[in-house]
Amino acid sequence: MMTTKKNNFAVDEHGYYGDFGGAFIPEMLYPNVKQLQEQYLQIMYDPEFQKEFQQLLADYVGRPTPLFLAERLSAKHGVKIYLKREDLCHTGAHKINNTVGQILLAQRLGKTRIIAETGAGQHGVATATVCALKGLECIVYMGEKDIERQAPNVARMKMLGATVVPAVSGSKTLKDATNEAIRDWINNPVDTHYIIGSVVGPHPYPDMVARFQSVISKEIKKQLLEKTGSELPTHVIACVGGGSNAAGAFYHFLDDLTVQLVAVEAAGCGIDSGMSAATTQLGKPGILHGSKSLLMQTEDGQVTEPHSISAGLDYPGIGPLHAHLFKSGRAVFMSATDEEALKAAFEISRTEGIIPALETAHAFHVLNEMKFKKDDVVVICLSGRGDKDLDTYMKYV
Amino acid sequence: MNRIDKLFDQKKKNVLNVYCTAGYPHLNSTIEVLTALQQNGADLIEIGMPYSDPLADGPVIQQSNMVALENGMSISILFQQLQSVRATIQVPIILMGYMNPIMQYGLEKFCAAAEAVGVDGIILPDLPMYEFETTYQQLFEKHGLKFIFLVTPETSEARIRKIDGLSSGFLYAVSSSSTTGNNKAISDQSGYFKKLQNMQLKNPILVGFGIKDRATFQSAAANTNGAIIGSAYIKALQNSIDIQATTKEFLNTLLS
Repeated sequence: MMTTKKNNFAVDEHGYYGDFGGAFIPEMLYPNVKQLQEQYLQIMYDPEFQKEFQQLLADYVGRPTPLFLAERLSAKHGVKIYLKREDLCHTGAHKINNTVGQILLAQRLGKTRIIAETGAGQHGVATATVCALKGLECIVYMGEKDIERQAPNVARMKMLGATVVPAVSGSKTLKDATNEAIRDWINNPVDTHYIIGSVVGPHPYPDMVARFQSVISKEIKKQLLEKTGSELPTHVIACVGGGSNAAGAFYHFLDDLTVQLVAVEAAGCGIDSGMSAATTQLGKPGILHGSKSLLMQTEDGQVTEPHSISAGLDYPGIGPLHAHLFKSGRAVFMSATDEEALKAAFEISRTEGIIPALETAHAFHVLNEMKFKKDDVVVICLSGRGDKDLDTYMKYV
Repeated sequence: MNRIDKLFDQKKKNVLNVYCTAGYPHLNSTIEVLTALQQNGADLIEIGMPYSDPLADGPVIQQSNMVALENGMSISILFQQLQSVRATIQVPIILMGYMNPIMQYGLEKFCAAAEAVGVDGIILPDLPMYEFETTYQQLFEKHGLKFIFLVTPETSEARIRKIDGLSSGFLYAVSSSSTTGNNKAISDQSGYFKKLQNMQLKNPILVGFGIKDRATFQSAAANTNGAIIGSAYIKALQNSIDIQATTKEFLNTLLS
């Protein structure tokens, strides 16, 4: 069995990364969360579990995903830029790495009903997919506003047999979908497992989701070693909403301090526009969805409505691991506006023949703002493909 | 002596705690609501401090939180409204809310302000035992504030005893695994209430969640010290044109 890694970035026994994390949950959720806290590592690193998990990652998800040298993009920036092709995962994004893991965990916990929240719909689709695979009931909470702007993914979830429930409270986006999913879990504690899609929520979710997503950086290391003779790049870049693809892409590099970790948040219409989702720039320490982290809020502590063109980054918080990486300086946090992300999406489409998800496009933008040395090796986590965003993209063709 | 302790010294059965949302239905109706509740038979009053993301609450209380926030309610305004509350209100007052707004207000400042206006107890459903014990307990005690924890039908006996040990004032027994304002049957839970009663806990027990009328109140109060009613009262206030009259009618029906 693998034990907790002893570094400054691993979660402690109470679920804290430095000042952030914990499990701020009402008593109604205690038995479920406690059970997860006590059993997740034991279940995850059980040889039988690992065998089934690895097999599904290989044969169902399509792992390992390629690490692709983007030559035209590399030439433009004068460095080697590799793309970790999570967009080639089954269902089109990295989200399924986590849902495959959590559905196996849910089965071992004897749960028969699965709930999930979703923003862009990628996590909802990934959850609906594994529920179909395992024959479990699936209910996905999705903000009413996101249901409108991510219609193809809503259709996919329905096709896969999931029930999509609109979240109509508050800002009608990811935050509210998460509230509704948590309320569902409070009301159905015995038969239900809640598959959280990002590195947010009460302990152990941030750590559990990061571990399931850590396959991304594990593969990057192996693939880079084969391609360049060194397993360490100089930079790893990933977009951050809650932060699951970034957590996965950073995970095995956290202790390699020569590797510059770059997290890219959604600036929306601009950091100071009042319509942004750049949590580390605009947030203060606060508690939302069961953990202490950085949070966009009013002076009175009311959570504010973020804005991003990308539904997957439209979240007022950030996972506690990322809040810690920000505060400790281990990762650099940058941002891209709606417009910059759109521009980057078109550029990648036309230089590399890859249409990225709007979320992912934010990560590509910062290449323009960074200074590289000629021998640098940059890895960008290409977290998802852009089919779901074609409606938005078509407006700008 | 703290007003909550005094109340349970004098009254052991059918204690009625009514929840209202600060700044609801109107920003300045808080004191009017408290007065009407005291006049018409509430033994305790729980004032909800509105929050944008009230996780443990069902649709009715969520809605009242949203309206109160739109009305401009905040913790600072609430303390202003409560400044001279003890000139007219004698029943114990409990503040209920969520951690985040209190963190931003400042926990120490919050406890001091609560003590100064005459608040008796605090309920924060998203503050778990571990955080309470390691960080916050002394602060509440220093300011003479009772801290009321929740237990549910899924809470193990060992944990109930531990929670009882840390709780003061009373123990909030959630009637079923749910958010507030649910429709799960209270009558099915008499075994759970009896179990709590037989455990001979240090704290009195009030049952909350799903108490909506005379029958559910009596059923919950039969094996405990009383019950807490929230969503049903907020619902009554939704269409009220006269808070005093609505409250009188609501409590008369409940207690008659």
